[in-house]
Amino acid sequence: MSFWEYLGDRRELLVFETWQHASMVFQTVLAALVIGVAAGIAVHRSERLATLATGAAGVAFTVPSLALLGLLITPLGLGVAPSVTALTLYSLLPIVRNTVVGLTGVDRTLVEAARGIGMTRAAVLLRIELPLAWPVILTGVRVATQLAMGVGAIAAYVSGPGLGEQIFSGLARLGGANALNMTLAGTLGIVLLALLFDGCFVVVGRLTTPRGIRD
Amino acid sequence: MTDTAPETPPGPAPAPPPDSARSSGAADGEDRRGIRLIEVTKRYPGQRAPAVDRVSLTIPGGEIVVLLGPSGSGKTTLMRLINRLIEPTSGTIVVAGRDALGLDPTELRRHIGYVIQNAGLFPHMTVAANIGLVPRMLKWDRRRTAARVDELLELVDLDPGAFRGRYPRELSGGQQQRVGVARALAADPPALLMDEPFGAVDPITREHLQDSLLRLQEELRKTIVFVTHDIDEALKLGDRIAILGEGSRIAQYGTPQEILLDPADAYVERFAGGGRATRPLRFCRVGDVPLRAVPEAAPGDDAAAVRERIGAAGTGFAVVLDEARRPLRWLFSEDLAGVSGPVGERGSPSAEPLRTRDTLQQALERLIQIDRECVPVVGARGAYQGTVTLATLQKALREMRERARTRRPDTARTVDTARTVDTAAGTEET
Repeated sequence: MSFWEYLGDRRELLVFETWQHASMVFQTVLAALVIGVAAGIAVHRSERLATLATGAAGVAFTVPSLALLGLLITPLGLGVAPSVTALTLYSLLPIVRNTVVGLTGVDRTLVEAARGIGMTRAAVLLRIELPLAWPVILTGVRVATQLAMGVGAIAAYVSGPGLGEQIFSGLARLGGANALNMTLAGTLGIVLLALLFDGCFVVVGRLTTPRGIRD
Repeated sequence: MTDTAPETPPGPAPAPPPDSARSSGAADGEDRRGIRLIEVTKRYPGQRAPAVDRVSLTIPGGEIVVLLGPSGSGKTTLMRLINRLIEPTSGTIVVAGRDALGLDPTELRRHIGYVIQNAGLFPHMTVAANIGLVPRMLKWDRRRTAARVDELLELVDLDPGAFRGRYPRELSGGQQQRVGVARALAADPPALLMDEPFGAVDPITREHLQDSLLRLQEELRKTIVFVTHDIDEALKLGDRIAILGEGSRIAQYGTPQEILLDPADAYVERFAGGGRATRPLRFCRVGDVPLRAVPEAAPGDDAAAVRERIGAAGTGFAVVLDEARRPLRWLFSEDLAGVSGPVGERGSPSAEPLRTRDTLQQALERLIQIDRECVPVVGARGAYQGTVTLATLQKALREMRERARTRRPDTARTVDTARTVDTAAGTEET
């Protein structure tokens, strides 16, 4: 069976798995965005806390993804739960780090000016600091998404959803019928998804970055 | 000298000359817009010497008071205490008749304009959004805010149509600073704090911005606290100048004339610097010195009558004014020899007139540049006020020197309550 025949034959399954993969990445990155930005906001005013937070996220990052998934089986079992947890953890690092970097990079005189004209702390954060840090945060989210795409494939190891299943099944029966086709379909699907998501980020970036600070 | 009661009004106020921004008015209405610091101290934990040590200062309503000092003298700290960006350790601060420490800080700041170096405009907001921030926080509706934004842009000489929708990075440094001033004025606050606002622009733009500020102030009469380390800027803008030393100690608080001609101590003298003979030229305004009176004529006047007036005045020439009293030409008696009927277009065009708010230095420069010995002076709406010649300047300088001499040491100090009232607390106890 040629690759194209394979694609035609398994179309429904492949579309379903692609959709699952995209949905999983989207949701985990969204969760990481909320948690990461909140954490970044909470720690960025204190240098020590900021170092601690990025450090902790960095440590989580050094754990190999396969090992992390394996470790998560004990508390969370197989399937969606460990996959989503692992992906969220991985996505956190670039988001937390970029939130801290973005927020501390905001010109202090602007914050002073904002307070000087009578903005409350919350208003300074929401209307001045976050919008100015947004391009940096968005870059972090973009990196996190690419990361989640790749790690998402390995989630199949704990019976997670997504295209990883194609790759793992293919690799398990190398030399057998359709083994190459399966691996290829899974890999290409992820690459295409990654490109698609990245394109979306370019659009989102343009739409959400005010003209005054766009490059 | 011993009278430190902050209630004492700062000296008898001379009637301000019309068309002049430099009065020391302390009328009831203006006092209610003033700012008073009473025994204010700021101590930072872990530092032995307080950053601000029991400073008392009265800033009369409607005046520009310049805080002048070297870096590290705490002038910015002193200013930030007023809008509570820095909380004082002890003392009282009264802004526009209300106890600033009893108010909500954000609410207080919305009623005190704040301008900083580099303007501090928010780069992700348009010019209109920047200016409209405070009105929007004060719950003005959209239409009222938009109207106010346009009004303010006009006020700072920027075309609303062209600038409203621009982003800060699309403006020059000078334009940004103008927008910064407009933003500070947005909700029409009684007081304005300006922290080295013109420190980062080139000298020509700076001069321009200073002139604009003085022109604005003629119209708005805000209570302005202006921080700078530039003595020339202080002399030019300040109705009063407070020279700060270490720990925000007020070494002298007085008018530019007093600072230059009667420095309180060696520190002030060093700060006022050299060139003291010509310095008065730089802050004294044409409107403040007696101008030379010259016979006036209209184009429709009879030549013989004008000739007679020139003869009677002994000036040798007259000035021709249009219906709006704008100066047009000089008319010399030679121009009129043997002429009968209206003077019409005779005479030679006068130079670009000086304005009453121009400095004597500008007058001197004009006199040197042009090929005449006299320049007309105009006030509001270009109306003729008088004429400046080299002799006018000489006489003004001579009189200033004489005044300073009679005022020198102790005899003058007791009379000069305006200055001592507020400096006493600062100088004696530190």
